[in-house]
Amino acid sequence: MSLLEIRGLHAAVNGQEILKGVDLTVNWGEVHSIMGPNGSGKSTLAQVLARRESYQVTAGEVVFNGKDLLAMKPEEAACEGLFMAFQYPVEIPGIGNAHFLRSALNAMRRFRGQDEMDAIDFLPLFREKLKLLEMDEKLMSRSLNEGFSGGEKKRNEILQMAILEPKLAILDETDSGLDIDAMRIVAQGISAMRDPQRAIVLVTHYQRLLNHVVPDFVHVLVDGRIVRSGGQELALELESKGYGWIEAEARRHALASA
Amino acid sequence: MTVASSQLGTYVAEFPKFSADTPSWLRELREDAFAQFCRVGFPTIHDEDWRFTSLAALARIPFRLARRRSAGLTISDLAPWRMENAAARVVFIDGHFAPELSEWTSLSAGIDANNLHHEIVSHGDNVAAHLGRYLDTKRDPFCALNTAFAEDGAYIRVHRGAAVRQPIHLLFVSTPQDAPGMTHPRNLILVDEEAQASIVEDYVSTGEGAPVLSNAATELIAGPNSTVEHILIEREHLATYNFSTLRIEQGRNAHVHSHSFLLGGALVRNNVHPRLAGEGGECLINGLYLGGGQRHLDNYMLVEHASPRCASRQFYNGILDDRAHGVFHGRIVVHKDAQKTDAKQTNRNLLLSDDAQIDTKPQLEIHADDVRCTHGATIGQIEEGALFYLRSRGLSEPEARQLLLQAFAGECLDRMISGSTRAYAAAAVTQSLSRFLHSTGRNIATSNGDWARHWGELG
Repeated sequence: MSLLEIRGLHAAVNGQEILKGVDLTVNWGEVHSIMGPNGSGKSTLAQVLARRESYQVTAGEVVFNGKDLLAMKPEEAACEGLFMAFQYPVEIPGIGNAHFLRSALNAMRRFRGQDEMDAIDFLPLFREKLKLLEMDEKLMSRSLNEGFSGGEKKRNEILQMAILEPKLAILDETDSGLDIDAMRIVAQGISAMRDPQRAIVLVTHYQRLLNHVVPDFVHVLVDGRIVRSGGQELALELESKGYGWIEAEARRHALASA
Repeated sequence: MTVASSQLGTYVAEFPKFSADTPSWLRELREDAFAQFCRVGFPTIHDEDWRFTSLAALARIPFRLARRRSAGLTISDLAPWRMENAAARVVFIDGHFAPELSEWTSLSAGIDANNLHHEIVSHGDNVAAHLGRYLDTKRDPFCALNTAFAEDGAYIRVHRGAAVRQPIHLLFVSTPQDAPGMTHPRNLILVDEEAQASIVEDYVSTGEGAPVLSNAATELIAGPNSTVEHILIEREHLATYNFSTLRIEQGRNAHVHSHSFLLGGALVRNNVHPRLAGEGGECLINGLYLGGGQRHLDNYMLVEHASPRCASRQFYNGILDDRAHGVFHGRIVVHKDAQKTDAKQTNRNLLLSDDAQIDTKPQLEIHADDVRCTHGATIGQIEEGALFYLRSRGLSEPEARQLLLQAFAGECLDRMISGSTRAYAAAAVTQSLSRFLHSTGRNIATSNGDWARHWGELG
């Protein structure tokens, strides 16, 4: 059984249809990359899968690990093992990073019927992951993402993923706005999460991250549909030729089928 | 001016009940104050200071002085409000001093804590030098009413150079009344030169009964170079009309922190009035008001800069749900000679329902020319983006809401010095926040919109 099965997914934001029939299968252990020009619906797909309520699903179905994902609330999807790294992580003053991470982990442990972790048990795990992402422990006593640089916020997303150990991680443009060092660290964090018991979906505009984390499959999303799938070579082609040709091709297809 | 005599009826009937041992100076003070109250009666919304708060319902209730209960409470009845590490505990039940429930034996040298009546009878001159000298009974009829009925309250004196790091806990307990009852606690806190103190005024109820008018007034005199922390916690039952005035007189280089937590009561008016009378003084005025139902929470700040080079900071956060109505009225008065004044005021509000209301009003009166005064207010709702972020990490919607509200309230707690006092206030806030969330138990309004609106947009 595949981990994620998306069939004919249509979704709208503020009444405007963004996803126009997405089909995608992700199996355990795979790394997929969803690429596409700006406005093609990449982030909408990520948000819909993470169950953001302001995104309305108008048609289609999504089966996640054998369950109906579209019937889940965001917290249920999270507890079932779906994680989305935000393109724009939210700053929340007054909620400490470390405290928040432990609360999130414990919410999932409760869901799975496991005992909650106290601060003392949590610390070694926390320190190990901080080290992986080369993050300063001092940052963690501060409020959630507050005053973090762009790179620090993205690393914080990967840190959360590393601690929450999801079955499916969807990384929404985690590579955007990273300098070379941050890119290396983030890529390292993602690579460390590659596991036969997990799948990763990298939503990205650029090919850069894919040099570090080589995907098994690359899909191109144009105007709310996946118009082409392939391997790493497709990403390289997009890198050299841009998105223009594939958008034109998609338009021709749409005309021909109309 | 004519005042409806029906308004004054029970107050006139109750007024002559002086203790037999009331000294003549105090009799005079109280009689003058009562005459003042009778002249003006209760303020109306036509009075600028009371524009957002109607007292019509209050004025109709015939409050009588709460009687001393024969079968008193025991220490174990007060367990919910036991403050660990308190240096002293002075307890009042329905306005009456309860020596059997109070403790102050562990107080270090140089610190007196007692009931005010005892001090008046034993060291009258010391009290006479301060009592009523700072409170403005002409401007505020509730201060006049308090002075008229000022029978007892707490007396604290920290002598020159003495320091008490652990808080002194003043616990005002109201018990269920059969008929409308009133109390007028009057506190006098004297912190001498270079002394340090932390005082908690805690207003609580053991159960709900007939309406209660709880009208407290505190005069806090912070001597030169002194450091004082004052905490007000209001968490009486929902048939309580709670009025409190904290009048602070600050000497040269005195540092005073006032923290108010309005967590209970039906109609609450919280007056904080520091006067920075000596050069180099600093005052932090921090507060949180939290209300659902039809509660009305009115914060009236008057920060008076009367000397040069003083700094004041006002930070008030409000969380309002249902049909609750909050008021933040922040006056800053800078006197002519108070050059180099640095005054700042911030009022932030979270409205959780469409029917909740906040009136926020800055009022700056600046008579000096070299000053820095800033003010700002925000009104917002729980951000949908923040809520989604927390939920996407596995927290349930109520947990996420609680965390966001706690974070917002936490801004006020974070302004306190860490220690047992902050822990005590934090516990009170957490408790009422969770009760608050459970009692509302429905979807709280969310917005995608920007968190902040500024004064200009408030009209």
